[in-house]
Amino acid sequence: MNKTINQKAWYFVIPVFVLVAFNAAIPLMTVVNYSFQETFGNNVFAWEGTRWFKQILLSDRFHAALGRQFAFTFIILLIQIPLGIAIALTMPKKGWGVPVCLILMSMPLLIPWNVVGAMWNIFALPDIGFLGHTLNSVGFDYNFTQQPGDAWFTTILMDVWHWTSLVVLLSYAGLNSIQPAYYQAAEIDGASRWATFRYIELPKMKKVLTLAILLRFMDSFMIYTEPFVLTGGGPGNTTAFLSIDLVKMALGQFDLGPAAAMSLIYFFIVLLVCWVFYNLMMKNEAQS
Amino acid sequence: MKKYKWLVPTLYIIFLMLPIYWLINMSFKTTTEIINTYSLWPQKFTIENYVKIFTDSTWYMGYVNSITYTVFNTVISVAAALPAAYAFSRYKFLGDKHLFFWLLTNRMAPPAVFALPFFQFYSSVNLFDTHIAVALSHCLFNIPLAVWILEGFMSAVPKELDETAYVDGYSFGRFFFKIFVPTIAAGIGITMFFCFMFSWVELLLAKTLTATAAKPIAATMTRTASTSGYELGLLAAAGTLTIIPGAIVIYFVKNYIAKGFAMGRV
Repeated sequence: MNKTINQKAWYFVIPVFVLVAFNAAIPLMTVVNYSFQETFGNNVFAWEGTRWFKQILLSDRFHAALGRQFAFTFIILLIQIPLGIAIALTMPKKGWGVPVCLILMSMPLLIPWNVVGAMWNIFALPDIGFLGHTLNSVGFDYNFTQQPGDAWFTTILMDVWHWTSLVVLLSYAGLNSIQPAYYQAAEIDGASRWATFRYIELPKMKKVLTLAILLRFMDSFMIYTEPFVLTGGGPGNTTAFLSIDLVKMALGQFDLGPAAAMSLIYFFIVLLVCWVFYNLMMKNEAQS
Repeated sequence: MKKYKWLVPTLYIIFLMLPIYWLINMSFKTTTEIINTYSLWPQKFTIENYVKIFTDSTWYMGYVNSITYTVFNTVISVAAALPAAYAFSRYKFLGDKHLFFWLLTNRMAPPAVFALPFFQFYSSVNLFDTHIAVALSHCLFNIPLAVWILEGFMSAVPKELDETAYVDGYSFGRFFFKIFVPTIAAGIGITMFFCFMFSWVELLLAKTLTATAAKPIAATMTRTASTSGYELGLLAAAGTLTIIPGAIVIYFVKNYIAKGFAMGRV
């Protein structure tokens, strides 16, 4: 749409600007402030320069948490995106099935995150949980509170359960926006099912899929509550993702300086990846 | 192959429902039964857990608190985002693109980064442990989202609508509320749905910013789980009840969800 230049539009933006700045800028400055100082309690601070940043960037603990975080995000994207597309493609397009699917599939999205964690904890317990009990009775030695592999499996399964529906809803909306004429044309040309998907459906879903990947990347990179309730980061530190490690450092050990430096590095990584995605998205939009 | 197409969504829905069923199943059992026997449905059906929640004020007030700040947040977010989204969709102004990206970066900020500074900040302005503090802090991620979704919906409305209204002698205010807002009603519904959803499910900030007076239900649950042993039946009943508000909201917006996703950006 061609937009008119109007500087007075700023008045419309002011409430949003004030509310978000109030919430973002002031706390963020506190974090920046801490990241350069050493605290001795009682509001006594000493200038430390970039010491905390160097310490965090060189620490094995941070590298390990970052590695776990990237592995987790990569795995869940690899499962959720194709699975979400597959489910959206096979969902009914009209009739009573549509509202039933939409309502039931949206359910996990609206459950508070710690309830999701608690629910999966109860569900996966080896002795009294359905998942744990079933796996053990068919011969697997499954115990997510003791074995790192099982803890990872359970955390990933929980995230797939929790968030695949978001990808489904987005893909479904993208598919719905395709006019029937496209399918008729494909049929006349004798296009195979794969060709129809590759050349008609996938390009039409490009926009919503970029968005789905962006949202899933952001949220899985910030994941805290669900694994915290499910595994508490354990066994050991094997499922301590970035946020869990950060909160442990900031509120548990009260190492404000290093925790603040870590926050900023963490935020910067998220920002960098999202900036790349955002630009890709805007480029797509400009083309279409 | 076409004949078996329904299998995929059906299996997926069964997978989604299993943990929820297990939670509901547990909520109708006594804690002793949960720990001692494994059964697919309650052997001794009891509603004791629910009775306890509805008669103990520390429990049911948790729900009231959660709903209160969620509603506050939804109203604030949508009210502030409406004019801003209109500005972004209709006008070019100094720094508009940077401002838009800056807003989005706040949606990307990990709440764990902000937990401690928020606690200090809201304590220093005497808002600690109030509903409004939680509602305001959730604006951090809900306002950017609301602006983003609403902007998508508004951009889909042709600009001719605005121009015709002005030619007909409408003032801006009358046009905005009498014509524009009803036109994008579906978009506002979807935006409210998302604001409600993200405020309802968030716990880290809500827990950090409250102590007793505004404590959310989700936080009440974690406390009970850690202090009085592990009252699984009670925990399961409380968890089951947290699903209900979400289910009600979905029921109301079900017709908009698919359409809304397609029209707006989210």
